[in-house]
Amino acid sequence: MLTKRLIACFDIKNGMVTKAQRFQDNIEIDPAEKVALRVYEEQIDEVIFYDITASSEKRCIDLDTVKRVAKLIYIPFTVGGGIKTLDDMYSVLKSGAEKISIDSMAVRNPELIREGSLAFGRQCIVLSMQVKKVPVTDKIKSGYEIAIDGARVMTGMDAVEWAKRGEGLGAGEICVNSIDRDGTMSGYDLDITAMICDAVNIPVIASGGAGEPEHLEDVFNKTQSSAAIISSLLYSPRMDRNYSVRELKEYLQGRGVHVRPWKDTVGNK
Amino acid sequence: MISVIDYKAGNSQSVINALSKLGIEAKLVSASDELSRSDAVILPGVGSAGETMNSLRELGLIETLDDIVRKNGVPFLGICVGLQVLFDHSEEGDTECLHWLGGQVRRFGKDSGRVPQIGWNEVRFQYEHPLVAGLDKCDFFYFVNSYYAVPEDGSVILGRSDYGPEYCSMAASGNIFAAQFHIEKSGESGLRILRNFAAIANKRIAEGSVC
Repeated sequence: MLTKRLIACFDIKNGMVTKAQRFQDNIEIDPAEKVALRVYEEQIDEVIFYDITASSEKRCIDLDTVKRVAKLIYIPFTVGGGIKTLDDMYSVLKSGAEKISIDSMAVRNPELIREGSLAFGRQCIVLSMQVKKVPVTDKIKSGYEIAIDGARVMTGMDAVEWAKRGEGLGAGEICVNSIDRDGTMSGYDLDITAMICDAVNIPVIASGGAGEPEHLEDVFNKTQSSAAIISSLLYSPRMDRNYSVRELKEYLQGRGVHVRPWKDTVGNK
Repeated sequence: MISVIDYKAGNSQSVINALSKLGIEAKLVSASDELSRSDAVILPGVGSAGETMNSLRELGLIETLDDIVRKNGVPFLGICVGLQVLFDHSEEGDTECLHWLGGQVRRFGKDSGRVPQIGWNEVRFQYEHPLVAGLDKCDFFYFVNSYYAVPEDGSVILGRSDYGPEYCSMAASGNIFAAQFHIEKSGESGLRILRNFAAIANKRIAEGSVC
């Protein structure tokens, strides 16, 4: 049986991992390689890097950091931030990542999803969406609107409709980032996560708000999400305590969530 | 030297990174004459069966692979689509494949849930084999696939997994090995398989069976 994935997500700025709250006030933690190696050794299932200022600084993604990290971790590795063209995607893949996350650029140019999917395969394209709870209107029937550019610009697009369209264009996975919950440690937004899981047939990744192991249990047991993003739980200095991947996995196993078990002798017999 | 077949759009670099971390010499190869000098071959797979077959054909590698792997017994390891193209035919794009192993490649149906399958799934090894030496009888590996192989001969099934139907997640027949999962992205268990594959290749060289 396929297991639920725990994905460690890092916001990278100048080669350093940083931690934001509601997409703002980033504080520096540690060099990207150090944090990536730590979670790899702890047997995290997957890693995502966002080069958070690539887009606003109008530059290409920090490929040197991607290359250095790709040589340290032998698990799936997704990279996003400022990716505008097929050439950008190819450079990221060539640097050792195997999935590309596109977000604001996909809203500006939805064909990017289709082009990337045709060129590199659906499995390479993660459509990441910044969603914000808003009053239900004729246009925004789900009550969740898509924002772009680090949650600064609202688009008037309905989140569920955008997810469906993204799947139709060729996205391989959808990552649902709740702007309201980002860095708040108050739990995932289960409503929009569940709505999008019901609307599409590709894997959905829940993101934004995990601050307690219970939040992971909730998102896996109360929605059909295939994966959940964690960052504060693992390494935020704003937390009272951080958790190891092992603690989180063992907690989830104890509550009936099927995860890849932590092992102490993996591959070394 | 292990040759990792490079067909541009693939994830060959990740395989090279993993081998290099293990201290195993390997290089990216896309020319037939270079491929013919390999001690072992890895065919990483990304994209579709059709694209993979087209690339192999365009690069003129199919005949060379047939010579070194099937006639001369050079160890071969296919990954993901690199497993699927070993069979007779794939439903994906109605693609004629290599016919090294008898069987069909089918698409996951409605009973499989979300497609593609993306994530860590359990592989149950069916028998002891040098390729999976040192691993537990069941272990978890990282999969990304919408299609799965149905071998005609059950004895080639080295590993089984479930995603809706039970399917062949690892195959072995003589010097031909393949995994549906991404060996190079499956953490320390995946690295162990790569190390075992290199050991199989080295043993063959040490025994002097190289033509």
